[in-house]
Amino acid sequence: MTGWIDIGALDDIPRRGARVVKAARGCVALFRTQDDRVFALDDRCPHKGGPLSEGIVHGARVTCPLHNLVLDLETGLAEGLDEGRVATHPARVEGGRILVDAGLLAKRPAA
Amino acid sequence: MMALKLVVIGAGMASGRMLEHLFEDTPGAYDVTLFGAEPRGNYNRIMLSPVLSGEKTWEEIVTHDADWYAAHGVACRFGETVTAIDRARKVVVSKGRETPYDKLVIATGSAPFMIPVAGRELPGVLAYRDLDDTNAMIAAAAKPGAKAVVIGGGLLGLEAAAGLRLRGMEVTVLHLMGHLMERQLDPAAGYLLQKDLERRGIKVHCRAQTKAILGHERVEAVLLEDGTVYGADLVVMAVGIRPETRIATDAHLEVERGITVSDQMETSDPDILALGECVEHQGQLFGLVAPLYDMAKVAAKTLAAEPAAFRPRQTSTKLKVTGVDLFSAGDFAEGEGREEIVFRDPTRGVYKRLVLCEDRIIGAVLYGETTDGNWFFGLMQEGADISAMRETLIFGPAYQGGAPADPMAAVAALPPEAEICGCNGICKGKITEAIAGGCTTLEAVRAKTKASSSCGTCSGLVEQILAVTLGGDYAAPTVKPVCACTDLTHEDLRRLIRAKALKSMPAVMQELGWKTSCGCHVCRPALNYYLLADWPLEYQDDRQSRFVNERNHANIQKDGTYSVVPRMWGGVTTPAELRAIADAAEKFAVPMVKVTGGQRIDLLGVRKEDLPAIWADLNQAGLVSGHAYSKGLRTVKTCVGTDFCRFGTQDSTGLGIRLEKLLWGSWTPHKVKLGVSGCPRNCAEATCKDVGIVCVDSGFEIGVAGAAGMEVKATELLAKVSTEDEAVEIVTAFIQLYRESARYLDRPYKWVAKVGLDWVKAQVVEDPQSRRALQERFDISQTVYRKDPWAEHARAETRARWAPLADLTLEAAE
Repeated sequence: MTGWIDIGALDDIPRRGARVVKAARGCVALFRTQDDRVFALDDRCPHKGGPLSEGIVHGARVTCPLHNLVLDLETGLAEGLDEGRVATHPARVEGGRILVDAGLLAKRPAA
Repeated sequence: MMALKLVVIGAGMASGRMLEHLFEDTPGAYDVTLFGAEPRGNYNRIMLSPVLSGEKTWEEIVTHDADWYAAHGVACRFGETVTAIDRARKVVVSKGRETPYDKLVIATGSAPFMIPVAGRELPGVLAYRDLDDTNAMIAAAAKPGAKAVVIGGGLLGLEAAAGLRLRGMEVTVLHLMGHLMERQLDPAAGYLLQKDLERRGIKVHCRAQTKAILGHERVEAVLLEDGTVYGADLVVMAVGIRPETRIATDAHLEVERGITVSDQMETSDPDILALGECVEHQGQLFGLVAPLYDMAKVAAKTLAAEPAAFRPRQTSTKLKVTGVDLFSAGDFAEGEGREEIVFRDPTRGVYKRLVLCEDRIIGAVLYGETTDGNWFFGLMQEGADISAMRETLIFGPAYQGGAPADPMAAVAALPPEAEICGCNGICKGKITEAIAGGCTTLEAVRAKTKASSSCGTCSGLVEQILAVTLGGDYAAPTVKPVCACTDLTHEDLRRLIRAKALKSMPAVMQELGWKTSCGCHVCRPALNYYLLADWPLEYQDDRQSRFVNERNHANIQKDGTYSVVPRMWGGVTTPAELRAIADAAEKFAVPMVKVTGGQRIDLLGVRKEDLPAIWADLNQAGLVSGHAYSKGLRTVKTCVGTDFCRFGTQDSTGLGIRLEKLLWGSWTPHKVKLGVSGCPRNCAEATCKDVGIVCVDSGFEIGVAGAAGMEVKATELLAKVSTEDEAVEIVTAFIQLYRESARYLDRPYKWVAKVGLDWVKAQVVEDPQSRRALQERFDISQTVYRKDPWAEHARAETRARWAPLADLTLEAAE
């Protein structure tokens, strides 16, 4: 499946915050930065599965609420000395609406 | 050899430095007795301005503490004034006793010049000379809306004005001359400075001749010759200083304007030396620290019977007002055969002027951009011929020879003999030598060379030299900053938020130079706390800067579910409340119901989207958030006290409930747990709480700073009082003091260990005025924060925010 789906208004997510979208592959966290960029990442920290959507968002990074792993929202990579990567998904803002990759509608994560 | 007796009159910066040299060069040669008029040892007087503005604390500017004096066997007579010198018998007289000397050093410094106008004796009229003046100014600034008039627009007066302004006072500077700092600045730079100060809210009145200071019981206003009247709760006179020579005159030593000294710092009596601001050398007086330190070196040599001679040298000046960059050196008056190079950039407020005479720099004034100051000053001191680089001279060293403008280039380009630390006369070569000798931090260089140890304005330069010399091996951090977003410590941050009245997170980040656009997970929660604690009425709590638990008003568990703990006041509940809790647990299929250590019930495993609904149900039964998730008041654990217990001495349950109802909802640097036990059997385990009250027959014993977490520690007794009201007052004041002065994430026991229980007692127990003020500030804060966050978030219209934004699994199924 290709294309974009509208999942809500940009203002549904607070600046420097996140909301969750339920998908077949598990929860996906939609982050909104201070400068209104939007990123979609799996809502599972590669460390111990913490809900990244509940972390503190700073710059284009989020800090996992469970053990403070810091992840880059653009690449999904853990920063500093930590290792790990979380899957990222295409997302964009158009006319105040948030669009995510329609691939998230798929039943299972692509292999 | 028997040690000789050395008596030193005056415990200031000059004599302090002389003693350092003396103990280093000839240890054990003298038994030293040190008299000081102030009741304290030597401190860095130049740094009083940052103390006034709140950017430094008193402790940070002490140069010699009690340990130092003890280690060098100095007999300290601080607060004891020497009243006479008996040269025939070689003794000094003080407070009715005599102290014999073999050698005597007079370092009495200078006295502020008070202009002889009516009213100068009124309370509230101060000089700006020592710590007591500084503290009096800080105290005056504490009154809301207080006005200050500073007489004198020189270095000292302007630093006083800027400091008082930062403390929130309405400040007017009166200056006799046509422009500010006329001895250091030309009119153009004086104008830029005036504009800068006015932008900071300081009113400047030049050509102001003071006629009288008005007031009845204390100062009320200042009247000028032209009829202008400025209201004033405080008047600071900073018009100049004059050498303090009375004791030398009385002893019939040779005194002109200052005590006359030779190149060896000897007075007309070879057994008596003098140095510092009290002396006159070849007709010249001295006020800046650099020549005083040179004198100290020479005096120490003379005492060690080694040859040395004092030569006055050129000095440069910097104004220590945060955000104002100003440098001046040499002579910049216009005159025959003098030329000048001027650079102006009005938009940036930059002004640079070099005065040349016969192809040599003889004066420099830099405003707004002073990084090249030391380079110009070096050329000036060397008397270097600048004709070859005249075209680009004003642009600084980075542009000589067409080199690109690298921020480090200016420093790298400095020759070894370039002076870095003007106060201590330390050149670049000395510093690179120290670095080659193993100094890798600013502190190490400072300890080895004294560079940057006085006024501190060259600290940045020294660090740049470290960086240039060590390259990648240089690790800059010296004190532990809050996080990588800033170089400030928590303590700096708290102080600056108050001193600069910063009331929002963008204001803090802008004004204090945050290195990141919106902070990080370390600084943001701390900043959010400091701001809401200091400005409860103005600051808007920032949910996105809170950790998940405080943002969601529940404790996140390892599987992403939450635990919900309703408040049970003093651990007392009712069948109706228990029924409501049981119903909620069943309705939301709560996997575990557990009794906590804090005498309440925990519902574990609630899903985030169910939180508003379960809160609404609990609210229905009158239950509110227990804040089991917050850096704030958690629980007040109690025993049954006199109500039921046969041993109870007071109503411990009632007191616990009263305290919890008073304190709940307040945010604190870390969590706070209380306990109230009805008798010393201590069933509420009060003696390991942050605040624990043990009731006894005669009243209440209030203990604080206990711990029962990673560390276990019994409480320490803060006070014993006879009534419940007093106990409540003291506990409230203690909590507020903790809120105002602890660093974020320090529990009370850590904070008390840092500030000392005596200090806490002084504020909370011994000074009723301070206690009341703390209580009042707590009450103001509680008008905003004593409310149930659950009720707020349980409202129907906000519930959607707790649920997923979208459910694509449903759409996929459609």
